[in-house]
Amino acid sequence: MSFDDAYEALTDHDDDARWAYGTGFADPLAGVDTAVPAGADRAALADYCLMLGDDALIMSHRLQQWVTRAPEIEDELAIANIALDLLGQARLLLSRAAVVEDAGRDEDSLAYLREQAGFRNVRLVERTDDDFAHLVARLVVFSSWRLAIFDQLTKSADPVLAAIAEKGTKELTYHREYAAQWVVRLGDGTDISHIRMQDAAEAVSAADLFAPHETELSMAAAGFGVDPASTRTEVERVWAQVLDAAKLQAAPWRGGEPRGAHTPAMADILAELQGVARDNPGGTW
Amino acid sequence: MTAFAVAARVQDPELPWLTLADLGILREVEELADRVVVTITPTYSGCPAMGAIRDDLTGALRAAGYPRVEVRTVLTPAWTTDWITPAGKDKLTAAGIAPPGPAPRRAAGPVPLTLFPVRPQVPCPRCGAPATEQIAAFSATACRELRRCPACREPFEHVKEI
Repeated sequence: MSFDDAYEALTDHDDDARWAYGTGFADPLAGVDTAVPAGADRAALADYCLMLGDDALIMSHRLQQWVTRAPEIEDELAIANIALDLLGQARLLLSRAAVVEDAGRDEDSLAYLREQAGFRNVRLVERTDDDFAHLVARLVVFSSWRLAIFDQLTKSADPVLAAIAEKGTKELTYHREYAAQWVVRLGDGTDISHIRMQDAAEAVSAADLFAPHETELSMAAAGFGVDPASTRTEVERVWAQVLDAAKLQAAPWRGGEPRGAHTPAMADILAELQGVARDNPGGTW
Repeated sequence: MTAFAVAARVQDPELPWLTLADLGILREVEELADRVVVTITPTYSGCPAMGAIRDDLTGALRAAGYPRVEVRTVLTPAWTTDWITPAGKDKLTAAGIAPPGPAPRRAAGPVPLTLFPVRPQVPCPRCGAPATEQIAAFSATACRELRRCPACREPFEHVKEI
């Protein structure tokens, strides 16, 4: 099949597989060697893949909500592309979780049919952003942390996880750069932009991100995962570099609770994310 | 035509003037006794074209007389723009898209944060002016950025180095 333009491609009816949910585009790991390393604690490894996948899935969903609301079309494109990268990471990781747990679920059932209690993401990704300044501050913190984790994960004893991380580090480097450059532009900008960026810098905290869950600790000890506490120095150094260039100040991050509980916002996120799939079981378009 | 030649001519769904071979995402084509095994690699994790590419490869090979086709995906080593062939880069330029320069090499240690654009100068694909400026870090797809040329005043896309 070949197309001269995108419109022709979208209206091409020779093959049925087109884009995303309900279109037959299941299994982004198709053709990848997905054997699980011998001796792996499958339940813990599946849980760990869900954690990394859910962080990306929910962050991507919150970013998608900015589309049509961004200050300029260039930023709309940037945010949509970052959301797409994260969705791609989520699809790979949820598919990996499904293979490892071997319980008859797939990426779609994990994303669209799981109850809230089964979601393993950190609370930071559930937040809404009152202001574009809040979005870019949160994106700097999130992508710095995820980049530090993925960079270590490239040496994971699970070859699939290592490969997903290797691709992801390149993407996250761009996401962090985009967000950090906006923090600097707004922080070191006009009086009003500085005030709003300062407010956002004070509002964001990575403290929860460094508090390890027991699955993260056991996976780190087994050579499959990363102890998030080990990323703290690097993330704090990057945050300080950004704040300094942006002429902003923020207090050190204190406290922090491991992932597990959700904020009240999670119910709304899942209602929107899962509504169509739940209302139309097995539906295609 | 060999199976490799058929697979190499399949077009990219998003950049239809480029073939999969031009883009460097076609890694290997093996003609086995009972089937053809094609190995491809995604450009970005979220690339929505992977399913379409898999379908297109299978369709093209079947039409060329290879009924059994298996398409494998490899994630590592991760795709880099350095794998776009010289012919592919020429085709990008001809289409008004600035091709990528050499991908950045990373030193050991944490990934450094670049707060100000320091990428090598990107020449204008339309008028050839040597220095152009970035308008936006992301464009119609994640792999491209939007730039403009101060000489001919035209905006254009540039495939980012990864």
